Amino acid sequence: MKISELAAIKEKMESVVAIRQGEKVEQKERIHVLICGGTGCTSSNSVKIAESMKNELEKAGIADEVKVVLTGCFGLCALGPIMIVYPEGIFYSAVKLEDVPEIVNEHLVNGNVVERLLYTDEVTGKHVHSLMETRFYKSQKRVALRNCGAIDPENVEEYIAKDGYAALAKAITEMTPQDVIDTIKASGLRGRGGGGFPTGNKWQFAANSVSDKKYVVCNGDEGDPGAFMDRSILEGDPHAVIEAMAIAGYAIGADEGYVYVRAEYPIAVRRLQKAIDQARERGLLGKNIFGTDFSFDMNIRLGAGAFVCGEETALLASIEGKRGEPKPRPPFPAVKGLFGQPTIINNVETYANVAQIILKGVDWFTSMGTERSKGTKVFALGGKITNTGLVEVPMGTTLRTVIEEIGGGIPGGKKFKAAQTGGPSGGCIPAHLIDTPIDYDNLIAIGSMMGSGGLIVMDETDCMVDIAKFFLEFTVDESCGKCTPCRTGTMRLLELLEKITEGNGEMEDIDRLEELCDYIKSASLCGLGQTAPNPVLSTLRYFRDEYVAHVKDKRCPAGACKRLLTFSIEADKCKGCTACARKCPVGAISGKVREAHTIDTAKCIKCGACIATCKFGAIKKG
Amino acid sequence: MKKKMTTVTFTGTPEQEQKLDAVIAKYGKDEGAIMRILQDAQEIYGYLPIEVQKMISIKTGVSLAEIYGVATFYSQFSLNPKGQVAISVCLGTACYVKGAGPVMEKICEILGVQPGETSADGKFSVDATRCLGACGLAPVITINEDVYGKLKPAEVKDILAKY
Repeated sequence: MKISELAAIKEKMESVVAIRQGEKVEQKERIHVLICGGTGCTSSNSVKIAESMKNELEKAGIADEVKVVLTGCFGLCALGPIMIVYPEGIFYSAVKLEDVPEIVNEHLVNGNVVERLLYTDEVTGKHVHSLMETRFYKSQKRVALRNCGAIDPENVEEYIAKDGYAALAKAITEMTPQDVIDTIKASGLRGRGGGGFPTGNKWQFAANSVSDKKYVVCNGDEGDPGAFMDRSILEGDPHAVIEAMAIAGYAIGADEGYVYVRAEYPIAVRRLQKAIDQARERGLLGKNIFGTDFSFDMNIRLGAGAFVCGEETALLASIEGKRGEPKPRPPFPAVKGLFGQPTIINNVETYANVAQIILKGVDWFTSMGTERSKGTKVFALGGKITNTGLVEVPMGTTLRTVIEEIGGGIPGGKKFKAAQTGGPSGGCIPAHLIDTPIDYDNLIAIGSMMGSGGLIVMDETDCMVDIAKFFLEFTVDESCGKCTPCRTGTMRLLELLEKITEGNGEMEDIDRLEELCDYIKSASLCGLGQTAPNPVLSTLRYFRDEYVAHVKDKRCPAGACKRLLTFSIEADKCKGCTACARKCPVGAISGKVREAHTIDTAKCIKCGACIATCKFGAIKKG
Repeated sequence: MKKKMTTVTFTGTPEQEQKLDAVIAKYGKDEGAIMRILQDAQEIYGYLPIEVQKMISIKTGVSLAEIYGVATFYSQFSLNPKGQVAISVCLGTACYVKGAGPVMEKICEILGVQPGETSADGKFSVDATRCLGACGLAPVITINEDVYGKLKPAEVKDILAKY
């Protein structure tokens, strides 16, 4: 492809972009219906909804006037499946298969919006017509996610319509490799996958290494449980990653790339492969791109389920087909990486920023964010939060804005207790720090870390000791076993936490936890071990009283640790219906019909079956 | 990750072996081929018994120790045959705080198995899986290709009865 052809495609496709920005365009396909085809919405039937929509359009005789597109994730997963109708931008949420005929006949044929499927603002109680008007979107700034939910990810021309591959063209025809590196350096872009290492510096190291063969690798091994932004980018805008990897290849002098993706993400893998094939067909990958002497091609490698492979040296070992065990650094991958050659490894979200920086410039990028953390960050909001989903905000946005405004607060009138960031490597941020501006350095200072951007919200019914135990179970399972402090140390940590949550803890165990955390942090080789104690340390720092309550009072204040609960029946609420007594698997409940029952706590195994059975709310745990 | 060896007798067919040969012919010469061969071999056989690992070792010349090392390292590789009905319970953080633990307990209680095991009749297998990325639907389980979201333990019984 020549640069002039790229411009021609963009011109041809401009009406597509225009109609989705609300402009009325004179063309045959006067309506565009965008349906989320991300993993979340696909799980709730969105692909079938798209098929059914096409059938209904045929029946209504307007199939050629309406374009139905399966996009990537819109972000508001809690309300999926999501559908947007352009040019008006009408936003339908929680669409069901049976709603499709009504949408087609009422809205698309007769032009009447189906009010009952509109999103209702939780504060004003009014229907909201467009996605951008929702409180969820208002405070967001979408850079890495700019095309997710806006284009058909399986059509390279729609990507080109949104300035796709223009950055690659600019880089390889107007800039020297060093110009590209200097631009990325000046932008202050830092790795979005965890550590926050300056991306430009990484590229510079690899560019400085002398070798005939170099590699560009993309880390799509999104292992942090609860983070799904990389998957969404690969599903919704795969070409953005391909374009950025090619730019990186030009900058460091590499001609080959690998994307390492989790095998658990089949939709992402399929769309990425399709995008690579299309880019190759159009000459956007391959030999002599845009008629220059720059050549670049890439392949996908599937992970096989090992959290440690998110660590860069382990990831490279895995691409080489070996056990994904980390190696000591130096030598850093920029000097000796994949197959022994200089290699750069960046995360999916990091790459998703690159083309925009090249096109829109350093000043635009550095205008967002804080002094040492530039640009935006995508967070996967999950847990006890109303608007579960993906949000992208400028660095430095406070946790309060993300949770209360964008996230819509905690459901069920419960109280916010803590937010967990950084997954198994991060920590819990307590409620009193909710006004902390989120950036790399602030999170480290309060004992957590950015990680890949998972943000799990917890309410008063979540026990912090139990959460620490949950993460330790994860790390014990995922420790690769190479270093003893991590392999054995995390196991011992878990045993101590189990002891405490089962009510057998002693006060000395809390000191032992701290001592052991310190050893594991200082003596492990890779990031997994070095950060594994963080969930314990941060909960000890902010919720020490909960640990003490478990140990001294044998009580779980949140009511989550089963072994520490006692079940009792409130006599005035009990009607004596005997339902619980019949349900109890160990016969611990006794009482006469129509008289208040009692629970024999010595026999009770705390299974909770009685609570689930009681219609009168008479059984209390605590 | 701890893995148990299977006690089920291996019943590979010549057709399966032919498919395996084709896979090895396709990837065999690439650097780093072993993982891709194992991934495809698991597609063919449904799991990776030691017999299949031995075949791959002989056909590629890569030592069995190395192959076994890779097969036991990654959680996706299974040394045990899966049930006809493969149940995966997401134990990502979002699902965990929304009650994936009790859902898992209920499934195991009904089927009489532990996570990672297959029921005695070979019909159901239950696995804990890492984040599926459908956190909006937490807690989530998948049964074969079907996804069930926002699950409550009380709903498990009716869902299992469908299979």
